[in-house]
Amino acid sequence: MWKTILRRILLMIPQVLILSVLIFILAKMMPGDPFSGLIQPGTDPAQIEMLREKAGLYDPWYTQYFRWLVNALQGDFGASYQYKIPVANLISERAMNTIWLSLLTVILTYAIALPLGVLSGRYQNSKFDKAVVVYNFFSFAVPSFVFALIILFFFGYRLGWFPTLGSVSPDVEPGTIAYLWSRAYHLILPAITSALLATAVTIQYLRSEVIDLKSSDFVRTARAKGVPTKKIFTRHIFRNASLPIASMAGYEITGLLGGSVVIERIFGFPGMGNLFITSITQRDYSVVTALILIYGLATLFGTLISDIIMSAIDPRIRVQ
Amino acid sequence: MMNNESMEEIGESQEYTEISTPPMGLKMIAREFKKDKLALLSLVILLLIIAVTFIGALIIDQNNVMTIDIFEKYSPPGGKFFLGADEGGRDVFGQLIIGARNSIVIGFAITIITSVIGVGIGILAGYYGGKVDNFIMRIVDFTMILPMMMIIIVFVTIIPKYNVWSFILIMSLFYWVAKARLFRSKTLSEGRRDYVNASKTMGTSNIKIMFREIMPNLSSLIITNLTMNFAGNIGIETTLTFLGFGLPANVPSLGTLISFASSGDVLVNKQWVWLPASLLILVLMLSINYVGQAFKRTADAKQRLG
Repeated sequence: MWKTILRRILLMIPQVLILSVLIFILAKMMPGDPFSGLIQPGTDPAQIEMLREKAGLYDPWYTQYFRWLVNALQGDFGASYQYKIPVANLISERAMNTIWLSLLTVILTYAIALPLGVLSGRYQNSKFDKAVVVYNFFSFAVPSFVFALIILFFFGYRLGWFPTLGSVSPDVEPGTIAYLWSRAYHLILPAITSALLATAVTIQYLRSEVIDLKSSDFVRTARAKGVPTKKIFTRHIFRNASLPIASMAGYEITGLLGGSVVIERIFGFPGMGNLFITSITQRDYSVVTALILIYGLATLFGTLISDIIMSAIDPRIRVQ
Repeated sequence: MMNNESMEEIGESQEYTEISTPPMGLKMIAREFKKDKLALLSLVILLLIIAVTFIGALIIDQNNVMTIDIFEKYSPPGGKFFLGADEGGRDVFGQLIIGARNSIVIGFAITIITSVIGVGIGILAGYYGGKVDNFIMRIVDFTMILPMMMIIIVFVTIIPKYNVWSFILIMSLFYWVAKARLFRSKTLSEGRRDYVNASKTMGTSNIKIMFREIMPNLSSLIITNLTMNFAGNIGIETTLTFLGFGLPANVPSLGTLISFASSGDVLVNKQWVWLPASLLILVLMLSINYVGQAFKRTADAKQRLG
């Protein structure tokens, strides 16, 4: 088992390297450099040239790449031109927001998807099952931004139940209970929205898995033994059906990070996705590069977790 | 499922067998739609939307629609314009029709390009296996882990002379990989079937086996995948346009109208700008997906209704 995990991690190294090269190339293709922001009327062009020379912008590309890589590994992504603070500081502030939002979304997603999936599989073709299938169809087909806008319109503006912007009210003191409550309150609407959109795959999978398992041999044996129906579903079927779901959890998280761009944008939530859009609009490319690297690594990490869970569950797919 | 050529041969030699053959291809799809009235309704709605937007876009003068008229800024529906006007005093109804047409055409173009590349490469990799497969799958696996949406946004902002074609190309560059992965695994299992081995023994060329024998057997899957992808691509295009990184500013899309709703004032007080486009996308996506599900059922004998 440990051997498999180690091999899987070794396999990741070339992927990380190629990812970093690709991002470096993208960063080089982006117009401007850290000193373009300094240019003002009256600045001596020669002075800027000197700064560029000193920062090594005229070195061969491989020297530049390695310097960038070494810095990035140490968490140094340079400074943001827009906010004039180190990129790492800017991102870590926003990253916490995104992590909280994703965490709440994952919890809500499974809180909705697990019972719905199991129950609709158990009572196949009942009214409840049909309703779940319809809901599933909607959440799969509806584009996230349209759904999020409609939610925001009704619950944020029309009914006024939830805040429509930001991650915390500006008038509360940090460290107080009111502050924490305000943060949680701001999380609820975006988290519910993305959870409702994210349940489709899990419900679909769980439902068909339960339907399949209902007629499997071990369930028949359990019934013959006289195990109560309720226990058959909660113990025997649910445990077996949830194994593949558990292995998909890693992919789920990476999917959430990608989708966070749209949700954070619409709910005006100051997370990484929102920062990405703002930075690219303001041509703040050192932030953009760092964010893509973080998202790429997060995706890699998510697939790694999924693969590890999967190989722990199913010995057949362990890396040879 | 047998392929069409061998069906014809049997039909020629023994005519009576034709009566007992199960319904295939289009006939099966027609039966499915006959059985599922909602799928039929979705198909009708879908065709109606396509017809109206395409004919409408021919009649409506795009330059006229996109002309900015500040005196008509956010004028409500019923005045000079049937569905009101947007921030620049542009006709919402005209933009809706042209935008829907653009979104449909671009979604379709991306679907076709990614399908040709994805299905082709998937079948090649699955059929040959070995080094070819290994090489292609390395590329596919790597592309799958990229944060695609963000990289597409970066490409959109850094490409000089950005236009609709660059958008279609950028999207196609990234979205063929999932298809290649799917069709590779299907070809792997299909390639082990007896009819493929029989063809190989008879000396049929590889190209012919792949594209005249294996591909027709995957056709129902291809159609299903195409339909679902069509909806998905319209979704991605409108999402990107909504965020401001989709179609260029002078080409309206359904996402363009909805992007006005980024401001709370428009979202709450000027619903005529964004609501029609949102509803149109909803109806479009739901009907394409429903039609796709009917196709999917047709492809799987266990789920068929008709």
